[in-house]
Formats: sequence, C-alpha cells, structure tokens
Amino acid sequence: MANELTTGVLIVGSGMAGVTLARELRKLDANVDITLISADGGGFYSKPNISNALAAGKSADQLMMSQRDALAAQLKIQIHSNVQVKAISPQSATAVTSIGDFEYQHLVLALGARPIRLPIAGDGAADVLSINHLDHYAEFRRALGGKGDGKKRVAILGAGLIGCEFANDLRLGGFEVEVFDLAPQALGRLLPAQTAAFLQQRMENAGVKFHFNTSIAKLEKSAQHYRLTDSHGASHEADIVLSAIGLIPEIELAKASGLPVNRGILVDQHLQANGGKGHAPIYALGDCMEISGLNLPFILPIMAQGRALAKTLSGTPTELHYAAMPVVVKTPACPTVVCPPPQGSKGVWQEEVSADGVRALFVDANNKPLGFALLGSATTERQALAAQMPAWL
Amino acid sequence: MKTYVCIVCGYVYSEADGDPEHGIAAGTRWDDVPNSWCCPDCGVAKADFEMQEI
Repeated sequence: MANELTTGVLIVGSGMAGVTLARELRKLDANVDITLISADGGGFYSKPNISNALAAGKSADQLMMSQRDALAAQLKIQIHSNVQVKAISPQSATAVTSIGDFEYQHLVLALGARPIRLPIAGDGAADVLSINHLDHYAEFRRALGGKGDGKKRVAILGAGLIGCEFANDLRLGGFEVEVFDLAPQALGRLLPAQTAAFLQQRMENAGVKFHFNTSIAKLEKSAQHYRLTDSHGASHEADIVLSAIGLIPEIELAKASGLPVNRGILVDQHLQANGGKGHAPIYALGDCMEISGLNLPFILPIMAQGRALAKTLSGTPTELHYAAMPVVVKTPACPTVVCPPPQGSKGVWQEEVSADGVRALFVDANNKPLGFALLGSATTERQALAAQMPAWL
Repeated sequence: MKTYVCIVCGYVYSEADGDPEHGIAAGTRWDDVPNSWCCPDCGVAKADFEMQEI
C-alpha cells in the first residue's frame, strides 16, 4: 500500500493497557507523537465494569467512558479505529496494517487476551457466549433480552473470578444462574478450601447454584432452550450459556514477527520484547505480556506497567516492579479481596472463619505472611495487610 | 466541594461525603486525602482519579 506514515510511539491496542500508556506518557511529555491503532471503534471503556454492569442497569453504551474522538482530543493522540495490524517488520521498524504501513520509532503491543474456549460437542456449542469486550457484552444483553423475570436461566462455565462475578451480577439482575467448574470449589486458583466454601455459601444464599467437579461435555439445542450434558452424564437446561474459563494472551502477531513468546509475549525488565537486537524498540504490556513468568490480567499490574513504560518512553529507562497487588472480586453477595502469594511460594493457608467473614493468611515456615484472602467483614483489613506483603517483582 | 472520578471503575469520590469506611472523614478535601488511599471499588491509586466537571 502506498500509504506510509511515520510516528514516534505506535501503540497497537486500545484497551486498558494501551490507553493507560498513552495517558501516562502524555502526562510526562506534552509533545511526543502518539498513534493508537484499535481493532474496534477506538473508544475507551473499563473492562472490569462489564461483569457488574447488569445489576447496575448499565447498557454497553453507558459503559463507554470516552468515544474515540473525545479520547483522541483529551490525550492529544491519533486514533485509527477498525484497523487490523497484519504484520510487523522489526528490521525496518514498520507495522503493516489494513490502512497502510506505519513506520515507528517505538512500537508498543497492547494486544490483550482472548477467552479460552473448551471443545464442547453438540449443535448448540457454537452458541456459547464469552465476554471479553464491550461488543460481546452488547450481544450478551441482547440475548438476555433486558432484565430477567426469574425464569430465564443462564449457565456459566467456570467458577473463577469472572464466572463468579457474572453469576452474582446475573442473579442480582433476576436471572436463574447455574455455575459449572471442573475444580472442587469456587475461585480454585485463588482461594483455600474453607474460604472458598464461605464464598460459595454466601452466593448460594443469594440464589446461585454451583456444580463442582464437572464440566459441560455436550450442548444441544431444543425448541425453547439448550440441554447441557455434564461430564457425569447428568442433564441441565439453560436459555443462555456463558463461558468464563479464562484468558489466553494474544501472541500470534508477535510470534509471526519473530518476537519471543511463551504463554505471553516475553519482555525484559523494561518491558522490551526485542532488547539487544539494535532495532527500534518493541515493547509489550497488558494481558498479552509475560514478564519473569508472570502474566497478570488485572488492573493494578496494568497501571504499574503503563507508568513504568511511559517513563522509559519519555527518556528515563525504568524497570518494572510490582508491589503485592490485591485483586478485588466483585461479588456483592460476599465482598472478596485476594492477594495471592508470590509465584512458587512455599507455605500454608491459615483460615479464620467467622460468622461475618474470613481472614485467611498464606504464611511461610517462619510464620511470615506472603499472601491473604479477605471475605465479608474482614475486607476492611485490605490496605493494612497489603502493605505487609512481599513485592511480586 | 468537588468530586473526583476513578478513571478505571467510575467510582466517585465526593469531598462532601468523604470515605468514612476507609478512614476519610466527610468534608475531607481531595488534596488532604493521603496518597496511600486507594479506590474502594477497584483498588487503583489516588493518582488514577480525575476531577469531575459538574
């Protein structure tokens, strides 16, 4: 294509990571030329808000915080919407896109992640919804047909963070909700057993039904609804099926460009993916990125990455460091905050369960706390405890 | 009295209301909210709030 543009900082991806970087960089440098390429409409919304928007009565339109043009004007950046990046040439510092080639001085990949889909048999399998984008949420809302009347049934595959948040939100919205998970408990990767049982009890009191140690093997359409067959052969019915199994980083573009990838795009302490090659630097941040074995698709890590990379791009090379970052699980039936111990930590959970909440500490052999989970009334201790936790990176 | 909105989750801090649950008394001006305070809804830092035009 003839269209050739030159830009200082080219950011691919307009999710939280890409926009946070643009915002932080603009704070530090009023003049640097920033171009953002978006595969969607280029507006800004906060993805975590999607999983508690239903009970709040918010439509997809209402979740949009800044439309493209307003965002571009506010941050003084160029935004190209509905553009696909097809290839990157690190040698010539060029990104090949659906509207032409962009030459860059610094390239930032903020490509995000996509929902993991497990293979399911049956003629209804293609109808399974997963939500990791505002457009998916709009589609989901259309499928729900507005607020529930207590009769529409939603089956959720996965009792992790997103599955639990949607379950609680849908229940508050008046829907019947059943959650299926292969694990024996909710939030299997985050919570110890008794703590998870407390959360489960609170959510069951709110009307959510859980099915553990099972998965959905088959999904068949019938005249009015879907018939789900679980891995034990038991049959369930639902009007809508939502998959919330987890996320897989978008690494294909990086891989095809010869950048190192593992689970995510591998970067060094400065978030650079092509260090030491002598080419124009390519960085990665957000859900697509992996650093020292950590791929953390949460808000606080993204904010930390955005700040560090903005400093580097404005001329002060800055290593990424993570303090311990508690994750808030938005389940109003049982307020929950989890600060997982650093990867590979050895220790045990000590769970104190009371009538109003749970205070669980992950401690090492010397009784030093490395992580925590707080439920219900205990969540007030979040900040005090977070300050005592070891840094993650 | 001004209000500030969390750029991540939309939580609104109102100087008039404060955040008494987390130790910020009603009437506390934004400038006097400690930097260690974080968004009660999503956990981001005070720096991730912007003043809301009324």
